[in-house]
Amino acid sequence: MAESAGEKPADERPKWDNKVQYMLTCIGFAVGLGNVWRFPYLCQIYGGGAFLIPYLIALVFEGLPLLYLELAIGQRLRLGSIGVWNSISPYLGGVGMASMIVSFLVGVYYNTILAWVLWYLFHSFQNPLPWSECPVNDDRTGYVQECVDSTPVNYFWYRQTLNVTANIETSGSLQWWLVLCLATAWCIVYICFIKGIETIGKAVYVTATFPYLVLTIFIVRALTLPGATDGILYLFTPEWEILMKPQVWLDAATQIFFSLSLAFGGLIAFSSYNPQKNDCERDAVIVGCINSATSIYASIPIFAILGFKATSNYNSCLESNILSLTNSFDVGDQNITIENYNSWLDSLNRTDSVSVARLNLTKCNLQTFLDQSASGTGLAFIVFTEAVISMPGSQVWAVLFFIMLFSLGLSSMFGNLEGVLAPLRDLKVVPKWMPPQLFTAFIALLSFLVGLVFTMGSGNYWLEIFNNYVGSVSLLIIAFFELVGVIGFRGIRQFGDDIEFMTGRRPNLFWKACWLVISPLLLLVVFLAYIVVQVQTTPTYPAWNPDYVDFPQTEVQPYPTWVFVICVLLVAIPVAPIPIVALYKCISNLFRTTETDVQNRPSNPYCNEGFDKDT
Amino acid sequence: MFPLLLLLCLPPALAAVDCNTEYKNGYQVRLSIKTALGDQAYDWNESEMFLFRATIAFAMRKFNKTEAYEVSNIVVCNQTPRVSFWFIVTSPEDPAQAISKNIVEQAVRESRNRINNAFLLTDKSLEFLGIPPTLAAPIIPATPPWLIVFGVVIGAVCAGIVALLVTSFVKRRREKKAKVVPEEEDQAKGTDKAVTGETFEDRNGVYNLGFADDDRFTQL
Repeated sequence: MAESAGEKPADERPKWDNKVQYMLTCIGFAVGLGNVWRFPYLCQIYGGGAFLIPYLIALVFEGLPLLYLELAIGQRLRLGSIGVWNSISPYLGGVGMASMIVSFLVGVYYNTILAWVLWYLFHSFQNPLPWSECPVNDDRTGYVQECVDSTPVNYFWYRQTLNVTANIETSGSLQWWLVLCLATAWCIVYICFIKGIETIGKAVYVTATFPYLVLTIFIVRALTLPGATDGILYLFTPEWEILMKPQVWLDAATQIFFSLSLAFGGLIAFSSYNPQKNDCERDAVIVGCINSATSIYASIPIFAILGFKATSNYNSCLESNILSLTNSFDVGDQNITIENYNSWLDSLNRTDSVSVARLNLTKCNLQTFLDQSASGTGLAFIVFTEAVISMPGSQVWAVLFFIMLFSLGLSSMFGNLEGVLAPLRDLKVVPKWMPPQLFTAFIALLSFLVGLVFTMGSGNYWLEIFNNYVGSVSLLIIAFFELVGVIGFRGIRQFGDDIEFMTGRRPNLFWKACWLVISPLLLLVVFLAYIVVQVQTTPTYPAWNPDYVDFPQTEVQPYPTWVFVICVLLVAIPVAPIPIVALYKCISNLFRTTETDVQNRPSNPYCNEGFDKDT
Repeated sequence: MFPLLLLLCLPPALAAVDCNTEYKNGYQVRLSIKTALGDQAYDWNESEMFLFRATIAFAMRKFNKTEAYEVSNIVVCNQTPRVSFWFIVTSPEDPAQAISKNIVEQAVRESRNRINNAFLLTDKSLEFLGIPPTLAAPIIPATPPWLIVFGVVIGAVCAGIVALLVTSFVKRRREKKAKVVPEEEDQAKGTDKAVTGETFEDRNGVYNLGFADDDRFTQL
């Protein structure tokens, strides 16, 4: 890992202690909460094993080329996102700024999710678990009505954790317990960032590897639970017809894109701390494949546990029916069991169908329970917590699960925050007197203060908005311009030279075809399809309203106009720098055509560096 | 079983209360012994029924300390294989008169725990239909346990932050005294300049920036 001193300016740039740290950091950034709670959901609703086909195609033709491009360009130019794009062409400076803004906004709301995970983690050290039973109401005559109407798990999430308001217009107040958890989450992120990649490099040894350990433990535990095999079969049974729907391909492409954390600028920053002579092609392929493999690996215990939960619910449904039958027909206790339930029901129906009908027995169907899918926070904080209650030794499993979620999210936060700090450092925005630790603390504090929005009563609704609008379209646009920037402005030949310098071989035909044709085309198609889908659906959100007629079902409400304006702004503001900076540079170049530009690098893409001004 | 039923429904020598017609003062009881005890379930027979009547009599005595209730004051009828039945409490002075529902309810509520324990059952497996179980008082610890875990975590993290900041501050002061102050390159080379990293100095000793090959383009 020797430095090539003569070629590049001797830099005081921090560097990784060893290759393992770098790989673990990139893998940790790519592997995040989405691998655990988004991919299994997509697999389930898109025909199980059949979904792997569009997913892997998207990985090979879209994910890996973009990943390779980002790692290569960061390693070659040795700068954060803004610096890299400024070096390639001053017109592209906006791309770096866009990455930085998106990283900042995503970091703000992502850490709120980590705050929620911490809240659940802190509560997992109790017996019984607080979400397993309803709390008693004030005069001790019964249980809290809201909890009785829904479930204890739902009540704990919506009322005791979020204290959610009935709609997004009602902001509520800051929930102090969430503020505390958010502060803790930011403190933990800060302590890992104190010395830059020196401390991050040490932290990722734990945060990147611990989730795999927990997933393995869960696989072993989950496979011994009753009903686990039903869940896994349900997950992986392929339904080939579903591949006809274009929605499947769109979701596969977007999933792989967001899963690899592309266009955030974090990957560029991480690879910029590498020595130049490093095989980034192999790194890219390894990171991409490990990310997808982790998704598939994580869906096994998730679905085993969901299958267990479905079986438990099915059995409970049968048990309650059995109890009704036993009580109304005065049959001996335990004479009707789950096994002979059907025969008993038939015989009772033959003899006295009127009374049976009067009991209003619910039809228990295992398939219906298996079909209840959830993704995102619903999966982690409602479905999974409910399953954990029924497992023996619930506290242990809850603690393990939430620590795993926390380390998955923490290693992704490293990338987000690095995507903000590295460009700011490169832009020399930091005053000289400010030590880097103080600057990092300032950014962390700023993010914390902005993140207080999500600790209000309506915070969950706002988080959904941020999740849907910030971390989606803007990234597609940025990635598209990244491709255009490298291939169009730097040139495929120059880029090939860069790669040959770094890895010792030129990129082969597959990579070139992807960069030049396939990936931009795919990105464009995905972007257009995304817009089309968004435009067709009126944006609505599910609100938790105890006064709703159909409570405990969530009330679907449309966004008010002012909220919708904010949504549009959230998409527009990050990508606005791209045209603005390009225009600004255009205009300032027009006014400076006579002056030789000593200070800026030549923006001429045909510049042959054989004629440098220092010879 | 049938003769037993008849026997129980027959009014005892002194009492003249008919359990079947006095529903408004009676309570239905339902036992789920097999569900509660599994393998250790006992059979419900006449002796168990006697025990039940005795415990109800005990509960009435405990509640109403002046009256001396006897087992014969507890009248049971309508037994089913479910194990469920109705019972009525009659007054010791006048066996023809049934005790009102409210008093029976309060008496049962007061001694519910003792009644449950006599049969090794719980509120759920020994149901008195119409008498809801008193919910257990929630155990509210002095400090919520989650605050304790939170305190531990935040304390450790803050201690770590302070420790790291202090060590790096001390190290920086020591190095500042040792190394030569580099002369500032005042050309804004834009984004070409690499990042000044504290870590690099720390790891590789003193770096004298007086001779830095970082000027790609010399000034013309």
